[in-house]
Amino acid sequence: MGKNNTKGTGQVVKIDASGLFYRELNAQLKELVANGVGKVELRNVYGQRYIGTDLDRPVDIEIFGVPGNDLGAFMSGPRIIVYGNAQDGCGNTMNDGEIIVHGHAGDIIGLSARGGKIFVRDDVGYRAGIHMKEYKDRKPVLVIGGSAQDFLGEYMAGGILILLGLNLGKREYLKANFIGTGMHGGVIYLRGNVRDYQLGKEVGAAELGEKDHQILRELVGKFASHFDYDAEEILRHKFTKLFPRWLRPYGRLYAY
Amino acid sequence: MKEISQMNNPYHDEKVIDACSIFGVMDTSGRRFSGEGVIRAIANMHLRSNGLGGGFAIYGLYPEYAELYAFHIMYLSRQGKRQTEAFLKERFDLVCDEEIPTRPIPAIVAPPLLWRYFLEVGQHRPQGQSDDDYVVEQVMDINTKLQDAFVFSSGKDMGVFKGVGYPEEIADYFCLEKYQAYLWTAHGRFPTNTPGWWGGAHPFSILDWTVIHNGEISSYGINRRYLEQFGYHCTMQTDTEVVAYAVDLLMRKHGLPIEIVAKILAPSFWTDIERRPSGEQRLLRTLRQVYGSLLLNGPFTVIIAHQGEMIGLTDRIRLRPLTVGVRGDMLYLSSEESAIRLVCPDLERSWIPMGGEPIVGRLKQPLKSQSLVTAREKAQDAD
Repeated sequence: MGKNNTKGTGQVVKIDASGLFYRELNAQLKELVANGVGKVELRNVYGQRYIGTDLDRPVDIEIFGVPGNDLGAFMSGPRIIVYGNAQDGCGNTMNDGEIIVHGHAGDIIGLSARGGKIFVRDDVGYRAGIHMKEYKDRKPVLVIGGSAQDFLGEYMAGGILILLGLNLGKREYLKANFIGTGMHGGVIYLRGNVRDYQLGKEVGAAELGEKDHQILRELVGKFASHFDYDAEEILRHKFTKLFPRWLRPYGRLYAY
Repeated sequence: MKEISQMNNPYHDEKVIDACSIFGVMDTSGRRFSGEGVIRAIANMHLRSNGLGGGFAIYGLYPEYAELYAFHIMYLSRQGKRQTEAFLKERFDLVCDEEIPTRPIPAIVAPPLLWRYFLEVGQHRPQGQSDDDYVVEQVMDINTKLQDAFVFSSGKDMGVFKGVGYPEEIADYFCLEKYQAYLWTAHGRFPTNTPGWWGGAHPFSILDWTVIHNGEISSYGINRRYLEQFGYHCTMQTDTEVVAYAVDLLMRKHGLPIEIVAKILAPSFWTDIERRPSGEQRLLRTLRQVYGSLLLNGPFTVIIAHQGEMIGLTDRIRLRPLTVGVRGDMLYLSSEESAIRLVCPDLERSWIPMGGEPIVGRLKQPLKSQSLVTAREKAQDAD
């Protein structure tokens, strides 16, 4: 399997998704990708679910419109670029690949992701990054350019979650409460102002070390290149690192 | 009862994932428009429902009878109709009535008899009682005491149309493409804990208050008992019914604005309340104490409507989705953004509101003047 940003060398195929049932659309995608197509352009997408699911090799899928719930669910390798907003469940249990959203995304983005990278230019809804997990070198990444709503990184078990808050003023605070509730693995980086009460009981806050700066330089750099931002400008701002205080926060909950 | 597995699971999947679909659109300038776009939008979320309930609430529907109460009644027997009509003639001045126009389509099986009545209270109500209160009493009487008859719409210049089927089938059955209105809400049902029957489809209504709902009201028992003290009796076997009566009680009878009502139905957490300025703390505590029995527990997104107003509200930790779209005077509320974009590709703005924060469209009030910043955000930024 190639790296997830490897460009396919095959032809470009355009699909008009108007009125196309999601099963049909995904079956077409599966066949095209099996035949080695390098890039697929989907036009007139209005809510078709699971786009990109079950695809397991590098291919670029460009979506114009609003893809439906569970975009890129279980996918392992493709790069999906959305020119519009994504709905709920984007990147559900994704294994590898990239999802780049030129807009906002709904609830539970990146839920249970096991690998791959998700970049969202604007806001995300509730429970972004819920239960992302990692194993050895498999680390999912979720970078959010705007604000997140409550329960960001809830029950997070691994991976890297970065919230940039770029649409907030210097004196404004991040919007989310209950950040990192139940978190027991991985790391969250918050850019901008946050109060103690906005953090879940299971996370601690820390200053960044050199390794953290390295991670941010790489991932914020990618974010900036996707959406045409100045990475240096973004990185100049203060970041807070959140880490899980316990690996098994509820280990004793039912033990008596 | 329809064969669900045949209809909803043509691929014989082991698990069928559904949720209700809700959609609402309002032209805040009051211009009336056809339901064609609403029907397309709700049909676009076909997968969220399973054919066991669909329905619409339509405002600005009967301008020729705008001052009369329009009752939509479903009858399960001819006997029910005879009894109910005798009751209506005794309690109201019956101005006119007709069968609700429908067209037979294969998808709609065994519909009840559907009839509408335009009624005037006239001299029938007792001294000191308002027309609205009198009408509520009569609706409760019909729904609880008369056999085989259910009033499912009882407001002025508006109407509810609903039944067992997918929403686009219900629209087809009731010929809704022929109607014009300035506010439409639409629902596709995926029944969770209660039967899929004609009366159980959304919207639920009393007078011109309607509610469509995605989620489960687990506080139904407490809410229902509380509402019974005020003369509201739940007869439709579905949790959402309590929301319709709750908004009638809180907004019409107790005169509370939606901003306050939202804090009753989806109250702030105690920990949030503790961080507010003392005056606001007192208000929020008082609301939780006085109206604790109307707290809606469990996941919900609702679209509440009445004459001149459409409101979107979710539970405080937003366990069900809601997306808002705005273009000019048009306000859209939907379970999924794709349904809005399908009928309005050039939205000026779309966003996902915070849990428990009401989104309100009001007649003759431009959407731009409304604050798009939620109350909690303002509170967090202020201090």
